[in-house]
Amino acid sequence: MRHNVKGRKLSRTSAHKLALMRNLSTSLLKHKRIRTTLAKAKELRTFVEPLITKARRSDLHNKKLVMEQLKDKEVVKELFSDIVTTIGERKGGYTRVVKLGRRLGDSAEMAMIELVDYNEISNQKAVEKKDNKVEKKKEKAEKKAEKVEDAKVVEETKNK
Amino acid sequence: MPNPKRRMSKTRRDKRRTHYKAQASSVTACANCNETKLTHHACPSCGYYSGRSMFIPKS
Repeated sequence: MRHNVKGRKLSRTSAHKLALMRNLSTSLLKHKRIRTTLAKAKELRTFVEPLITKARRSDLHNKKLVMEQLKDKEVVKELFSDIVTTIGERKGGYTRVVKLGRRLGDSAEMAMIELVDYNEISNQKAVEKKDNKVEKKKEKAEKKAEKVEDAKVVEETKNK
Repeated sequence: MPNPKRRMSKTRRDKRRTHYKAQASSVTACANCNETKLTHHACPSCGYYSGRSMFIPKS
């Protein structure tokens, strides 16, 4: 039975694992998108997301809690200013993991993990889609209005 | 301790193993570029996943 056993061991001692998670999250926050193995990417989510949530509250205490984990001051600065503002109102789910296939050499399953709000390529499309939807709605409304006007005109001519 | 009485013949061993088969990996055509790709994976040739471009491939 594996009751109450959370997380992956990743073939490391706990100290090694903690160091790995710190390094990976520093890299992720620095570069916004990193490529690692699937297991590490999935494990990383449970480590960075709470840090980002802490950063969103952004007071001194939370900053100190984050500083305990991330040893790169520049990254912490960026997290508390740029990243928090870009993330905005998003409540959790700041990261996305996409499978990339197997690595040559050891056939390890690779994945890409990224900050959702920083993927300009996919977000552009989403924004376009939204715009399209809004435009379509507008067009529909206009068409309806036109139809109503036409109907009115027809009625008026009939009345005459 | 109990032990097997007889050596397992090659035939019996191999007969048992006829059911050990390799599974074909599930592959589909990419919705964007029609290239074959693994299901639930980003397309290696165009970088698309679930209708959206996730990254631009190196080439």
